[in-house]
Amino acid sequence: MKKLLLIFSTLGVVGLTESCKMKNTDAVVEGGAASKVYVAPGKYDEFYNFVSGGFSGQVSVYGLPSGRLLKVIPVFSVNPENGYGYSEETKPMLTTTAGFVPWDDQHHLEISQTNGEQDGRWLFANANNTPRVARLDLTTFKTAEILEIPNSAGNHSSPFITENTEYVVAGTRFSIPIKNEDVPITSFKQNFKSVASFISVDKTTGNMHIAFQIALPGMSLDLSHSGKGPSSGWFFFSTYNTEQANTLLEVNASQKDKDFIVAVNWKKAEEYVKSGKGTKMKTKYYHNTWNEDTHSATSKVEDEVIMLDPSELKDMIYMIPCPKSPHGCDVDPSGEYIVGSGKLAALIPVFSFTKFTKAIADKNFEGDYYGIPVVKYEAALHGEVQKPGLGPLHTEFDGKGNAYTSFFLSSEIVKWSIKDVKVLDRVPTYYSIGHLCIPGGDTKKPWGKYVIAYNKITKDRYLPTGPELPQAAQLYDISGDKMQLLLDFPTIGEPHYAQAIPASVIKDKIAKIYDINKNHNPYVSMGEKATKVVRNGNRVDVYMTAIRSHLTPDNIEGVFLGDEIYFHVTNLEQDWDVPHGFAVKGANTAELLIMPGETCTLKFVPDRVGMFPFYCTDFCSALHQEMQGYLRVSAKGSNVPLKYGTGSSVAASDSGAAK
Amino acid sequence: MEKLTKLGRISTVIVIVFLATLWMFPMWRIDLKAPQYPGGLTMTIWINDVKGDVDVVNGLNHYIGMKSIHKQDFKEFVYLPATIMTFMILGIVVAVTNKKVAYYLWTAMFAVIGLFSFYDFYKWEYDYGHNLDPHAPIQVPGMAYQPPLFGYKKMLNFEVLSQPHIAGWFYILAGVLLVSVSIFEWRKTAKIEA
Repeated sequence: MKKLLLIFSTLGVVGLTESCKMKNTDAVVEGGAASKVYVAPGKYDEFYNFVSGGFSGQVSVYGLPSGRLLKVIPVFSVNPENGYGYSEETKPMLTTTAGFVPWDDQHHLEISQTNGEQDGRWLFANANNTPRVARLDLTTFKTAEILEIPNSAGNHSSPFITENTEYVVAGTRFSIPIKNEDVPITSFKQNFKSVASFISVDKTTGNMHIAFQIALPGMSLDLSHSGKGPSSGWFFFSTYNTEQANTLLEVNASQKDKDFIVAVNWKKAEEYVKSGKGTKMKTKYYHNTWNEDTHSATSKVEDEVIMLDPSELKDMIYMIPCPKSPHGCDVDPSGEYIVGSGKLAALIPVFSFTKFTKAIADKNFEGDYYGIPVVKYEAALHGEVQKPGLGPLHTEFDGKGNAYTSFFLSSEIVKWSIKDVKVLDRVPTYYSIGHLCIPGGDTKKPWGKYVIAYNKITKDRYLPTGPELPQAAQLYDISGDKMQLLLDFPTIGEPHYAQAIPASVIKDKIAKIYDINKNHNPYVSMGEKATKVVRNGNRVDVYMTAIRSHLTPDNIEGVFLGDEIYFHVTNLEQDWDVPHGFAVKGANTAELLIMPGETCTLKFVPDRVGMFPFYCTDFCSALHQEMQGYLRVSAKGSNVPLKYGTGSSVAASDSGAAK
Repeated sequence: MEKLTKLGRISTVIVIVFLATLWMFPMWRIDLKAPQYPGGLTMTIWINDVKGDVDVVNGLNHYIGMKSIHKQDFKEFVYLPATIMTFMILGIVVAVTNKKVAYYLWTAMFAVIGLFSFYDFYKWEYDYGHNLDPHAPIQVPGMAYQPPLFGYKKMLNFEVLSQPHIAGWFYILAGVLLVSVSIFEWRKTAKIEA
């Protein structure tokens, strides 16, 4: 990585000298900027900005235009702050064929769409390291489902969706041998495959299912986007390493002048699946689903996928040559133009869907790649944006015929016109932008107004915080002809792709509490009278309730060293913003943060005899500090009867407590 | 025996219709506002129920030792509908018999029901606000939490506003109508006698 940066920086210097412009790092912020991002106390932001958390594994939610952090949603990493991955109910969410994986690298997000427009029902998120796709529910802002992707390694070109959320895709960044057999790494060309997965999404429940996989020749699938409108039946993936190198990719995967954009006719693939042309393949992957009624997750192990072989199934895949290791692969709102961004290219090729389909009809091919036809570059090309900048990465659209491309090396956003491929404006970013986002900017109906830059390098932008600095985002106004920098704000983890949606689309559908009458957790306590402590061998189940400002029971005795204690805490509140927390001294897990009407379980295995205080961790009321209790742990075999309660029920048997 | 005027007879129907709204809309509303409840809390009192944020209010009241409000604790929710229903049936009798005396008696009965209801409501509010649990966590010496029968009051961190709801206004209108028509009928008689 360091080496790569060095090369990139050198390239950057060369680029700068060539254009004879020395950039000043001081941003020119015009006077009006402050008022454009000022959201008065008590007022709401206009947009939700869902930002990938990169190596934090989570998803963050910011308000725009203020840049205020509203929430971090735990997805692929444990979150001791609310017990995600620590509570018994949430543990299954992070279970994979590799066991319980407490972390991942979360890169891209996509809001569900209907007719190519954001519908705000779900948010999809990818896990890059242990390949998975998550679906988040935008009424609860919680992870609702996590599906592991078999035959994949490095789920990077994901979770992009078709225009009616029919499919979420997952393309592998690392080619691996199918079935992951033990073969020499140098047998890459013979044994390694790039698998693209199409995951169907149930229209009502959102439940995901791997509909089929396509075994492409070994290379790296990088990014992707669905077609829309006329091209809606197609999916486009960018690729690098079509050289099929298995070492020093920095050099060896940069040899060819052009790699490919893989165009997948998913309608055709669907037909092949329906007519039984796919091969059923045994495999194993986890499918974890959160149930909002039981407030708990369950894991199911799936054991089969349908694999399609493009060398046999014709007319399903075509390749479009694209210069220099393309990264971003973006389709404009009309669905006619496909923008490929060669990371090392000094131009941006724009392909025309009409020309591409004509080239196929005319069999205007320059050859094939492992039996997959490669259309002629010129035949599919709409035009090239000349001298746009250095290191183009990603492109978003404003719905007014303009495209906005991020440039890592020259650290800028460049606005250009799609029709005549002419550069219109450019603004610097601080520093080295990766992804960028316009609200709805990858859909048929962009909301426009802002573009947000997600930068890889922060350097001197904020007060220094030691060697480890935050990464950052920058907000630009794009309502005028010229882009205007408005705001810097630091982010969690590393922000990659993001989505922004008008708050009005989702804010009124958001849940405030969970209805306790619909709580079907098997360990719920429906009221304080239902609380109890049940021993079964060395397992002790504590059915506990929390309400302002006491826990029931708050005195527990008759528990012994060697017991496994499960605290099932039900928050009896039915009022907005009255969560209760629950923590036990010495518990080597985390706390629970229990929402009104919810039941959560903390497993605690005491390692010594003595007193274990527990308490509410979320300042819930004026008497929050009094919301505490004791668990007494006695030596194994001691004569301490099981006894529990709160208030008078304990006081009544007070005398018996003396040892 | 004097007969009712046409207006008097029609008014019996109007009064019955006005009172029927008690089964369609709440009679009273109590609004509460505190810094922690920017959207406010509302309790609505119906002829046979108490609705709205009752659970939230109950949850809050335990700090200061106020009793929890439970529908089943109010015998009023049985007696009041029965009384009003009886009163409405008697209204039909008044209309059919078509006697002024009957109308006056009917009005008097309304006055008694109305006054007793307000007295009962006040008594409950007094008890609710004064009869506090001596073991309550928060005890402010000399502080009582009786909600206002009508109007605004500030209690600790809460502002309370109590006022009639739709059916309450119709109930009041029914009373105004009954008294006005009685006076009208009385004057009519007096004029004829003169």
